[in-house]
Amino acid sequence: MIRFLLRRFVTMLVTLLIISALVFLIIKLPPGDFLSNQIAELRAQGEADAVAKAEFLIKQYGLDKPAWEQYLVWLGVMPGQNGFSGLLQGDWGWSFEYDRPVFEVVGDALWLTLLVNIAVVIFIHLVSIPIAIYSATRQYSVGDYIATFIGYLGLATPSFLLALILLYYSNRWFGISIGGLFDARFAGQPWSWAKFQSLLAHLIVPTLVIGLAGTAAMIRRMRANLLDELGKQYYVTAKAKGLPPGRALLKYPFRMSLNPFIADIGNLLPHLVSGSVLVSLVLSLPTVGPILLSALKSQDQFLAGFILMFVAILTVFGMLVSDLLLAWLDPRIRMGGGR
Amino acid sequence: MRYRGVTGSHPEEFMEKPLLSIRDLAVDFETETGRFRAVDGLSFDIPKGKTVALVGESGSGKSVTAQAILQILSKKAHIAAGTITFNDPERADSIEIAALTPDSTDMRALRGGRISMIFQEPMTSLSPLHTIGDQISEALVIHQQVSQEEALERTKEVLARVGFPDPRRALRTYPFELSGGLRQRAMIAMALITRPALLIADEPTTALDVTTQAQILDLIKELQAETGMSVLLITHDLGVVANVADEVVVMYRGRVMESGPREVIFRHAQHPYLQALMRAVPRFAMAENERLTPIREVKSATLETAHKPERTEPKGPILKAENLTKCFTLRSGWFSGRIRKIHAVNGVSLALPVGKTLGLVGESGCGKTTVSKMIMRAMEPDTGQVLFDDGTGPRNVHELEGDALKDYRRSVQFIFQDPFSSLNPRMTVYEILTEPLIIHGIGDSDMRYHRAKELLDMVGLDRRALRRYPHSFSGGQRQRLGIARALALEPRVLICDEPVSALDVSVQAQVLNLLKDLQAALDLSYLFVSHNLAVVDYIADTIAVMCRGYIVEQAPKTSLFRNPVHPYTQALLAAVPDPDIDRPLDFAKLRADRFSHPDQWPEPFRLQEGEAGVMKEIEPGHQIRLGQLSVKEAA
Repeated sequence: MIRFLLRRFVTMLVTLLIISALVFLIIKLPPGDFLSNQIAELRAQGEADAVAKAEFLIKQYGLDKPAWEQYLVWLGVMPGQNGFSGLLQGDWGWSFEYDRPVFEVVGDALWLTLLVNIAVVIFIHLVSIPIAIYSATRQYSVGDYIATFIGYLGLATPSFLLALILLYYSNRWFGISIGGLFDARFAGQPWSWAKFQSLLAHLIVPTLVIGLAGTAAMIRRMRANLLDELGKQYYVTAKAKGLPPGRALLKYPFRMSLNPFIADIGNLLPHLVSGSVLVSLVLSLPTVGPILLSALKSQDQFLAGFILMFVAILTVFGMLVSDLLLAWLDPRIRMGGGR
Repeated sequence: MRYRGVTGSHPEEFMEKPLLSIRDLAVDFETETGRFRAVDGLSFDIPKGKTVALVGESGSGKSVTAQAILQILSKKAHIAAGTITFNDPERADSIEIAALTPDSTDMRALRGGRISMIFQEPMTSLSPLHTIGDQISEALVIHQQVSQEEALERTKEVLARVGFPDPRRALRTYPFELSGGLRQRAMIAMALITRPALLIADEPTTALDVTTQAQILDLIKELQAETGMSVLLITHDLGVVANVADEVVVMYRGRVMESGPREVIFRHAQHPYLQALMRAVPRFAMAENERLTPIREVKSATLETAHKPERTEPKGPILKAENLTKCFTLRSGWFSGRIRKIHAVNGVSLALPVGKTLGLVGESGCGKTTVSKMIMRAMEPDTGQVLFDDGTGPRNVHELEGDALKDYRRSVQFIFQDPFSSLNPRMTVYEILTEPLIIHGIGDSDMRYHRAKELLDMVGLDRRALRRYPHSFSGGQRQRLGIARALALEPRVLICDEPVSALDVSVQAQVLNLLKDLQAALDLSYLFVSHNLAVVDYIADTIAVMCRGYIVEQAPKTSLFRNPVHPYTQALLAAVPDPDIDRPLDFAKLRADRFSHPDQWPEPFRLQEGEAGVMKEIEPGHQIRLGQLSVKEAA
């Protein structure tokens, strides 16, 4: 077990290292960078003070150095202007666009993103698992067809469109604005009970909008998995034992059909952060998605780099969690040989 | 066939009521093509404490009957008519099962409580995610008011009773950690923990090796004597029936063809179907050159006129394996990283003469498939070589390259065990049969078309089948398609890996006869791998018996069955149930499970760990493997 974990950690680290190099390479691929673009602009406008500051920042962050040197400094394995200060030391760099440390720019947004998306994941599972069980056990019944139809409808509707429609009608019918994650009056305020309530109220629409698309896909997959398992012999054995139908279903075929979803956790985690960008833009949610988009557009390299690295770490970590969970839940994986 | 009523006023009706009596039972399936009656007016009784065998081919409605008794029919099926009356000895009144709804509390109390069932495939019948302790104790917890500890205690007792060596440990093991035999024992424990009045066993031993089969049948018999339960045994194997049944019910297409006590059924079979079924089963006591009579004979249209291909035949054996050895390394578990070495094949030498059949017999896991794979060159041996002689002298198969290798591939073809998974469901018969020709670039499309039709004629299938897909054929027809495909390239050698073990007895005879006819007509040589000794006895000329990667005995068919010398061969022979009630199984002899461990064989056969022993010829062509120790003593 310990040997296995050690091996996994070493491969995880190597993977992350390669990803970091790729991330940096891709950000650096387009010519120029945020500051030199800005300097060009400022020169054109003849603002000497700002130019001087920008040039100071270029020196400070070594943007005049070759790309590989910048990468090593960013990583924290090569001394920069302030000695060793990079990702490894916990210094996530400076966002030029916001003129603040990356940590401050991303901090709140990161937690709100996780909050929104965890709510979405819970919503998806709460809605789709019962529906999937219903339509799998009553295959080709009217209820199955209705669930399937609604599922396809949800799958085919673009989320941002649904968000726009909801935005419009909730304003017209109820006179409320559902954009953002809390009322405008709470912006910049410290956390309070009223702010929390406002947050919960504003969570409903994004959860619904982002969740519906996922729910449809989840119902279809869960139903197909469950249908496979329902035909298996061990389910007949369970019934022949005299188990009540509900218990027989949940203990045996349902448990078996969960495996693919546990294996999916690795993909789910990064999706929590980088997914649903369009909906976030439409609903003006203060989440990471829009920030990443603008950072990539304006070549705000440390901000973009940090967010991408964060997603990568979540992916790799998610894979580990799902592997461990699978091994814990499925004795065949736990004890089976490496065939 | 009608039974007298059970509740009439005749004096003999004061006799004990049967445990279960089925009257005029009909089960309908709703299919896309309309209603289909799988069981049609079935009537029979299961007396208390007796074993009733329900016999028939697949599709005869045996399993559907069992499912109807437990009300676990699939959603498409329902009981259309008839009664199933259960006279539980623990209750005064009788229960009318057919009138209960499947999910009712009364039905659930019967299911698994008073009537239990075990299934054919012990691997898939148990959930792989739950320990067997959990699954067995669950049955008790559902039906009786017991605490969790009490249930586990009872589970341990019943596991010990069905023969688990370490019941405490067994509670925490998962099904995939167990051998097939132990899994079936766990199933039996699960069925019997509630002490049911009736056990329904649906092909309980079909998926098991002969020696394991004998042990499981023995166990069921013992438990029956202990608890006084009745057993409904569903099987297609008349050998099993002859050994364990008290009464026999023969089914065909949902109806009873014949029923009665075992003695009567086996000695005076009346119905032509039953007589035909008995003639279709290979037996040991068959006369030389006696032919099996399949229930539905298939005539090969062109075989009589088929000519042997013109080719130079080798002087010696066409295929020879010399001293083949293969080791596998297993990692035992993800997390431990320990490595185990398994000797799958240990110094195996075989010789296959032209136009003859060499039978390779052994239980699952003995290495016979590994040997056939190395001969196919699908796997490299660690040591030893395979020699193939196409008339130009023997050449090492594993050193062939280019055209020589292609020729070898043409000359040696394979017939697989499972006719369902070995044919691509998305290819038509025409595509399946001509694919080998296309791969080897033989002929143009006209020639291939004619060849495909010729092949269908050879295996006795209709020429019009060319445009159809495999799913529209039955198991036996598919296996004949597999044979036709193997013949497409005019091979010299066919390697048949358990070609009939997935087939029904009636179809098995068809395929075996076809293989025999093809051999005679085309001068083919067969390597016939099987675990069924009676089948090998019917088709092979020379037989090699394998155990734990060793060939322990090799002899011409007649001398092997007349004079089996090695203890393992003797045990294998003793474990085959013969459909002849005068030759019952000797259960006591098979109870000692020592014959498959080389270090527990008696001297001079004993092999120590890692020891290879030597083959010694005791009469012409008859060789046995002896331990090193005895050889040294003799020297």
